[in-house]
Amino acid sequence: MLQEYRRLEGSRIAAPDSALAIAMADDCTRFSLRIAEEGIAQAGKAFGVALPKQIGGMTAAGGRLALCLGPDEWQLMAPLDERDALEAAFAALYAKVPHSLVDISHREVGIVVEGRDAALALRSACPLDLDEMAVGSATRTIFDKAQIVLIRQGQDSFRIEVWQSFADHVWGILQAAGREIALEI
Amino acid sequence: MLLIRCPYCAVERPEVEFAYAGEAHIARPQDPSALSDEQWKDHLFIRSNPRGTHFERWRHIHGCGRFFNAVRDTVSDKFAMTYKAGLPRPSEAEIGKARS
Repeated sequence: MLQEYRRLEGSRIAAPDSALAIAMADDCTRFSLRIAEEGIAQAGKAFGVALPKQIGGMTAAGGRLALCLGPDEWQLMAPLDERDALEAAFAALYAKVPHSLVDISHREVGIVVEGRDAALALRSACPLDLDEMAVGSATRTIFDKAQIVLIRQGQDSFRIEVWQSFADHVWGILQAAGREIALEI
Repeated sequence: MLLIRCPYCAVERPEVEFAYAGEAHIARPQDPSALSDEQWKDHLFIRSNPRGTHFERWRHIHGCGRFFNAVRDTVSDKFAMTYKAGLPRPSEAEIGKARS
């Protein structure tokens, strides 16, 4: 039987005094949604959360998360068991509002980076100006050589969404950064 | 690091998020089969390569994914302005204003 490859599941990186805590996020359902502007409102109804209109915007409700990554591109995230229901909801919408909804759940893994030094750890490889990044926003960017989606959940809480094949590399860099933070160097 | 303003995201982002995509405002001929080999070669390969103001395409590949146009000085490497794909070439006055 084929088994899903999730080598990093359960891994943790921690620094003392709650300066830094990095852990793999629980698996979830992810969709990539491409849709024209006229359909945003109806797609929001189908998803159960109004879609953000500004690039970088993020809306969340009841465990569902919608990120606006581009002018016509959204990433939708929801608990694992809601996948079929969401697919059905969007399929019902398709005749009236043409769109593309692609299941990318298995393409990515989530890494939660939390703690006082979370931004410091990310800055070790991410050129984005994190001071300028508002809480409750999300953007696609680059982490070392790997493309990631970075979500700022709170002042000291980030979530990285990265492709499975890049996850080891990102984790390795976070481990090195975490070690430096733990040793205060 | 160079900061480039993405006209779609409307924010300045680090250069490594972007990819260069050649000279801008090169329209594909309406009827390529009517062109001579010489004209087709010019369309495909001959570029202006100016010293100074250059209109070029960039792609915010590790961001919103969109192509857009930029005005860059090829001597100083400074970006004067960026604008959305499909918009006409900005005038000298507009570029001068953006520079100041």
